[in-house]
Amino acid sequence: MKFNLNKEQQMVQKTVREFAEKEIAPYAIEIDKSGEFPWENVKKMARYGFLGMPIERRYGGAGADYVSYTIMIEELSRVCAATGVIAEAHVSLTAEPLAIFASESQKEKYLIPLAKGEKLGAFALTEANAGTDAGGLQTKAVLEGDSYLINGNKMFITNAGVAEIYIIFAITTPGIGTKGISAFIVERDIPGFSVGQPEDKMGIRASKTAELILENIRVPKENLLGKTGEGFKIAMATLDGGRIGIGAQALGIAQAALDASIRYAKEREQFGKPIASFQAIQWMIADMATEIDAARLLVYRAAAMKDQGLRFSKESAMAKLFASKVSMSCADKAIQIHGGYGYMRDYQVERYLRDAKITEIYEGTSEVQRMVIAGSMLR
Amino acid sequence: MRYVVCIKQVPDTTEVKIDPKTGTLIRDGVPSIINPEDKNALELALVLRERYGGKIIVLTMGPPQADDALKEALAMGADEAVLLSDRDFAGADTLATSTALGLAIEKMNGYDLILCGRQAIDGDTAQVGPQLAEFLNIPQVSYVADIELNGNKALVKQISEDGYELIQTSLPLLVTVPKGVNQHRYPSMPGIFSAYREKKTLLWSATDLRADLQAVGLKGSPTQVLRIFTPAPTGKGEMLQGQPKEMVRSLVDSLKTKKVI
Repeated sequence: MKFNLNKEQQMVQKTVREFAEKEIAPYAIEIDKSGEFPWENVKKMARYGFLGMPIERRYGGAGADYVSYTIMIEELSRVCAATGVIAEAHVSLTAEPLAIFASESQKEKYLIPLAKGEKLGAFALTEANAGTDAGGLQTKAVLEGDSYLINGNKMFITNAGVAEIYIIFAITTPGIGTKGISAFIVERDIPGFSVGQPEDKMGIRASKTAELILENIRVPKENLLGKTGEGFKIAMATLDGGRIGIGAQALGIAQAALDASIRYAKEREQFGKPIASFQAIQWMIADMATEIDAARLLVYRAAAMKDQGLRFSKESAMAKLFASKVSMSCADKAIQIHGGYGYMRDYQVERYLRDAKITEIYEGTSEVQRMVIAGSMLR
Repeated sequence: MRYVVCIKQVPDTTEVKIDPKTGTLIRDGVPSIINPEDKNALELALVLRERYGGKIIVLTMGPPQADDALKEALAMGADEAVLLSDRDFAGADTLATSTALGLAIEKMNGYDLILCGRQAIDGDTAQVGPQLAEFLNIPQVSYVADIELNGNKALVKQISEDGYELIQTSLPLLVTVPKGVNQHRYPSMPGIFSAYREKKTLLWSATDLRADLQAVGLKGSPTQVLRIFTPAPTGKGEMLQGQPKEMVRSLVDSLKTKKVI
């Protein structure tokens, strides 16, 4: 078993790390405070092809392997978890399902602008009454002649309003459970499509999260993604890959927490010496480093399995479950190591904890991940 | 338009430490990077290619690992790469380096503009660019920020402390580029995969260049580095007191005692 990155992956890591530190990090505290959507970050990421990383070259992407893409999300999240999820929701949850399930003409029309970063994407599955029970969604799509008439509300959608291309899940055949759900590609500016007020969140505050209100929107039947009744399958397959992305985001946050802790422990002196000389701090650092390494191996193993064309649902669930837990634990320890300063907004460490929490919730709660893993083990 | 950009892979000197016992550089474990000013030179070439079209060939002389630097340059947007790597090139001083680079450039299918970084962060001589122009017998301008091309004519913007000068010259031409004149771009994501999977890197040896082995490498180096060391700190200076006449007397006496005069 080899655990090294190849040359391409090393260059991706080096490049994204430098880019993130110089171009994204200086604004992370400010955009968290203001909650303002970071369009500058998005433009810069688009310029360097970040927003089409794993998409094939002929559709405007970079043609990267999934491990490289995972590295990119980790490095971005390390300096700004909000920027990390903006990119991740766009790539894993919108571009990827189009790459897998869309027709050639749909790819021409929608995948290419997404991969080139000309338009942002969003994934709309969750509703007020359908979170973990995603299959219980109630948005309806009725075929009328050449188009589908869609009505419903979607909740907590990442990139809501800033995205121009949405993948929306709705019931096309009521009464038969998840097999009656279909997926649609919907453009933002069609009549009847509106976005609610952005949510005031605990963390990843610069990421725009809001409700979608679909009132008698008409979507051409060419915009059905995949086949009728295939929607739930598309959603689950998409989330399998997305789990790796969120695992990477959590990993980035945890790594940032560890790096900050080491720096601070070496500088801060009490009782005449750096606090890094005290065993209590040393053991915290050792624990953080070990659990991050374990999370890292899980996340990249899942990404590597995806690259190899193997089934990876259980492994990606394990990766997200574990990495999200580690990000919470490391963020908490980092604040503790920083003491009083750790509690102050000016020091980034408190933000790591606020950002980390959502990784245990979205793209499938930790409870859902356990369901997936148990389901696989107890087959 | 054919642009040749010469780059050098150097240790990241911000990370290099001095061995306290020997006073020499500890190079182990220090990451290798493209010399920063070479990136400014490449950035200028990329801007000119966007303006005027053409092809950018990036060239380096170094051990096999220098290929990593070429790959990064390709990922930034260069079209082709050439690596000069051979035992016979090793130990070269600036003259022997510029000879090897010059032979390589003469072997290429023609060139219009050669761009070099002003100087490398390890050697700090700033000699290779000018020596290369002399070898090729072409005009050179250093400290270049920008160039306007018009057919065979080149209007070169040379910067100085006070401002800048516009110099009219013609192609083929060599320029050296200092830091600060542009913000070099990052490799793009598609660029990285293109660099490793599609773009060509040629490997040339001394034989491929038909190099005179007495003119390259250690054998071709009139200068040799004997020792690199941190100078011992000198004592604090002495502040002279009193009226100017007294201070002058005191200074002259002191210089006489130290046998300076």
